[in-house]
Amino acid sequence: MTATVIRTLLSHWRSHRLQLITLLTGIALATGLWSAVQAINTEARASYARASAQLALGQFDEIQNSDGFIPIETYVALRRDGWQVAAVLDGTLRIKGRSVRIMGVDMVSYPALPAVTEAEQSQAPPDPADILTDPGRLLMTADLAMLFDGAEGFPPVLTSTALPPDLVLTDIGVAERLLDRPGQISRLVILPDQPQGRTPLADLAPELLRSSPSAQTDTAQLTDSFHLNLAAFGLLSFAVGLFIVHGTVGLAFAQRRGIIRTLRALGVPMHRLIWLILTELVLLALIGGLIGLLIGFFLAGALLPDVAATLRGLYGAPVEGQLSLRPAWVASGLAMAVGGTLAASGHALWKLSQMPLLSGAGLQAWGNAAAHRVMGGVGLLLLVGAGLIYLSAQGLLAGFAMLGALLTGAALLLPLVLSALLAVLGRHAKGPISTWVWADMRAQLPGLSLALMALLLALAANIGVGTMVSSFRLTFLGWLDQRLTSELYFSAEDAEQAALITDWLNPQVDAILPIRNTELSHETGPLFLYGVVDDQTYREKWPLIARSPDAWDRVMQGEAILINEQLARRADLWPGDILHLTSLQSRVIAGVYSDYGNPTGQAIVSMRQLDVLAPDTPPALRFGIRLPEVRAAEMAQKLRDQFDLPTQAVIRQHALKAQSVAIFEKTFVVTSALNVLTLGVAGFAILTSLLTLWTQRLPQVAPVWALGLTRRHLAGLELLRSLLLAALTAVLALPLGLILAWVLLAVINVQAFGWRLPMFLFPGDWLRLFALTLVAAALAAALPALRLMRLPPVHLLRVFANER
Amino acid sequence: MSVRVFLLALWLPVTAWAQGYAGLGGSAEGFDTPDPDYVFSFPRDHGPHPSFRIEWWYLTANLTGADGQDYGVQWTLFRSALKPKEQEGWQSPQIWMGHAAITTPDQHFFDERLSRGGIGQAGVSAQPFEAWIDEWHMRGDNFDQLELSANSDTFSYDLQLSATGPLVFHGQKGYSVKSADGQASHYYSQPSYDVQGVLRLPSGDVTVTGNAWLDREWSSQPLASDQSGWDWFSLSLNDGHKLMAFRLRGGRGDFTAATWIYPDGTTATLPDGAAQFEVLDTDEVAGRNVPTRWRITLPARGIDVEVAAMNPQAWMGTRFEYWEGPVRVSGSHAGRGYLEMTGY
Repeated sequence: MTATVIRTLLSHWRSHRLQLITLLTGIALATGLWSAVQAINTEARASYARASAQLALGQFDEIQNSDGFIPIETYVALRRDGWQVAAVLDGTLRIKGRSVRIMGVDMVSYPALPAVTEAEQSQAPPDPADILTDPGRLLMTADLAMLFDGAEGFPPVLTSTALPPDLVLTDIGVAERLLDRPGQISRLVILPDQPQGRTPLADLAPELLRSSPSAQTDTAQLTDSFHLNLAAFGLLSFAVGLFIVHGTVGLAFAQRRGIIRTLRALGVPMHRLIWLILTELVLLALIGGLIGLLIGFFLAGALLPDVAATLRGLYGAPVEGQLSLRPAWVASGLAMAVGGTLAASGHALWKLSQMPLLSGAGLQAWGNAAAHRVMGGVGLLLLVGAGLIYLSAQGLLAGFAMLGALLTGAALLLPLVLSALLAVLGRHAKGPISTWVWADMRAQLPGLSLALMALLLALAANIGVGTMVSSFRLTFLGWLDQRLTSELYFSAEDAEQAALITDWLNPQVDAILPIRNTELSHETGPLFLYGVVDDQTYREKWPLIARSPDAWDRVMQGEAILINEQLARRADLWPGDILHLTSLQSRVIAGVYSDYGNPTGQAIVSMRQLDVLAPDTPPALRFGIRLPEVRAAEMAQKLRDQFDLPTQAVIRQHALKAQSVAIFEKTFVVTSALNVLTLGVAGFAILTSLLTLWTQRLPQVAPVWALGLTRRHLAGLELLRSLLLAALTAVLALPLGLILAWVLLAVINVQAFGWRLPMFLFPGDWLRLFALTLVAAALAAALPALRLMRLPPVHLLRVFANER
Repeated sequence: MSVRVFLLALWLPVTAWAQGYAGLGGSAEGFDTPDPDYVFSFPRDHGPHPSFRIEWWYLTANLTGADGQDYGVQWTLFRSALKPKEQEGWQSPQIWMGHAAITTPDQHFFDERLSRGGIGQAGVSAQPFEAWIDEWHMRGDNFDQLELSANSDTFSYDLQLSATGPLVFHGQKGYSVKSADGQASHYYSQPSYDVQGVLRLPSGDVTVTGNAWLDREWSSQPLASDQSGWDWFSLSLNDGHKLMAFRLRGGRGDFTAATWIYPDGTTATLPDGAAQFEVLDTDEVAGRNVPTRWRITLPARGIDVEVAAMNPQAWMGTRFEYWEGPVRVSGSHAGRGYLEMTGY
């Protein structure tokens, strides 16, 4: 019996293959986009965790000096008091134009590291004497080792599979020489098992700060916002994909009502039918989910290298570009597919279970005016909630909660608003056909409303994210022009070479601007302090977003300091406030400058002040050169020839800009890709909804046809109706998208990156999107309209014969 | 103490000690080698000799507490040079290692420290004398009056040492031969310190008195390639005599040496084979069989004694592992002392 029922139920899919494909596509798309994002996030987080484990980070308390580095004498003083601490010197080295992180640890006292254990247990373990004494050894991944291949002046390299990319692990004695920071220590790791009776840190070295692992800003924390961003996008794609599932399942169930009625009349109990259909749905969800996982895996694999590049560029976070298949990911993807499918089909299933035994095969779209009013009410509440969140809450999660409330609220309100709009427009209708068209459109609204909601969300997201990215791009390009003012930039290998080059250049160029900085720590995290020489370039071009009068004069006189926007927002410090730099030194803030593409706090003082505030700042090795642009190329070559510098040691302004822009573009590759995919899914959702409606339309179209309208005319009206609804939705999506853009720029970005961007409007983009929407709606409506046009009149006649 | 797994644990040449010096059995490779004609000069020779590969300042003490119980205390600073050339700062080839322990009849506490030379975290200066690693130290205006301190998360001690006799030189005027092939070290001791001070244990503080023995030894290639470990005894007999005796266990036969110390500090060096060692009993310690009861005979001096560990479980579970603990002497003579056994 059951076998017969199953065969009967499955026969539906045999005769509706397109429907089956649509359903599976919907499930696969929803699962695919969602799990792609999940895979990327999981992979990135796994990379951070691996890096932390590989470097024994975040396991121990640490000691840092708010005044900059810890002198070796302080380390020895702590040790001689009994403090069991291990010294670490961190720094960045530029090699062949690439930044590489150097982590120098006291190899004798630092906790065991996997890379070292690996070397120890290798076939040819290195002699400890080689590691600990001159020239030492550098441990790094095989990839990074290629960069060091042929580079001179470095200790021999040992490759390791247990290190993060872009990091060189070495003994602290090697690191202090490579980084030219002799006698300096960045931080002390407090080891477990401390002896009794130590002097408290506050008495021994009051300038030192102890921090617990949770307070150390690690990569995972820094990049949280980025991953939350991606996750939100993934969820949006998932929701949009479910609209397709909802539409298709609704259609399939509507078409099966006849079969169900027959089966029940033959004595099959309803609960068994429901169970069988439920099982069928779960199986379909699993198949669709598997396809989705496949899509997700390849999509993630395609996107991951860009994401990795972004995370490295933006946060210096070590992410490998390799994707691995995790069982938990597969399980959660399938669970999402099954859960999503059941959620999207729940309503149709429930309606089916409530179907009276002898009910007709007549079709009714779900939702009615009352339901719309309830939805509208909820939507309004959500919008109010979004407003309240904005006014009362802070933080990234609140930002996303607000976005969620805003989008969901607007989507729920859409049917009500559209219905009202149609009513208003319908009042101006002249003649019976026109009146029928408007009335019919309102009658169709419930069946289309979900698809239109999906379209609204996709369009709003597109406008919002597009506006955000384009605004950011415009601001970023303008900012690059302001920041990269020198025609040439060069890096010297050491202070001696730097002095030789500047002496040689001085008579030949307009100005030489040293780029010199040191790392301090501030309560908000690391703080990079830069020293600048007095030059018109800075006064004219530096991108200040807030300033007090005579800002540059006061900075150059040593009274004041400029800070970047990230620091200003994080610490809530603005012109006129005081910035405490060290335990003894503080300066008045004269201005705040924008500083994109950099997660950390920064401040600028005059070069003389830099030596007062941080006397141990290493000499400048990088310089900007001002000279007439026409001489830049020739000077770059002369410089390289004169001092035998490698090509990448001298770089022209436009090349540096191009590099920066390339990094910027990569940052948003993933966002744009997801954006386009979401819009595609929404278009597909409209198609499925229209196909669903198509079957339900015949009883309504048949009387109009009988009254004398041709099928061609009716098909044209169908197309028009679809276009109009899409157009209205697109118009409504515009303000929603702009609000979304504003939230992204003014709330989310500030929380995620620490900068607030001005919003620019791009009407050209909107027009293009509007046209795209119309094309999508027309394409989606074309198939049903074509069918109507070619429908043999007998089908329309049969409506009258069959109905009741 | 939980043994921290530190980097390089398996690499350091000090590991060679654990392997019965096998790793150092070869050539001196650019290091100085002991010279039989060397003339000691003090206080200079209390300080380090970085041109030799290894060196130590090794103190053991037999103490009695105010509670009437016996205690053993160890304080050792090892120096090991990774290579001969000296360098300042982190990259100095000198690596220092400290070991400290307190042994009671039923408990054994120990801790260790490791440090780079060249930055001031550990080292030795001859005048005024100070040997230190982290906060552990042994120091005084001169070598005869020292204060000794060590500290860990479970125990600590502060002791005052006061020498009551002269320095004692082993072998031929401090040139101590270690094998039939002629491997040797420079080796002298101060075997007669009076000790008083306090031990701080988890069970509470104990005031102690007693005596201590300080060994100074440095070399670059102390053992022959076939030698796998040693058994070393320092015994203080109740009649005022003292005995230092060791046996190096080798594949080609054992090599023994001993120094007989008269109550006035004069010595008699006893040749290979003069002292005889017999294992009477072993105990399972840290998963291995370790001799904990010995018979030592020195027929020429009329000595036939049984030497028994006060606490057979006095295992130093440090980066390189060995047995080190106080012993009781009975038989023809009574007394107490210290025993060190490596290579088990």
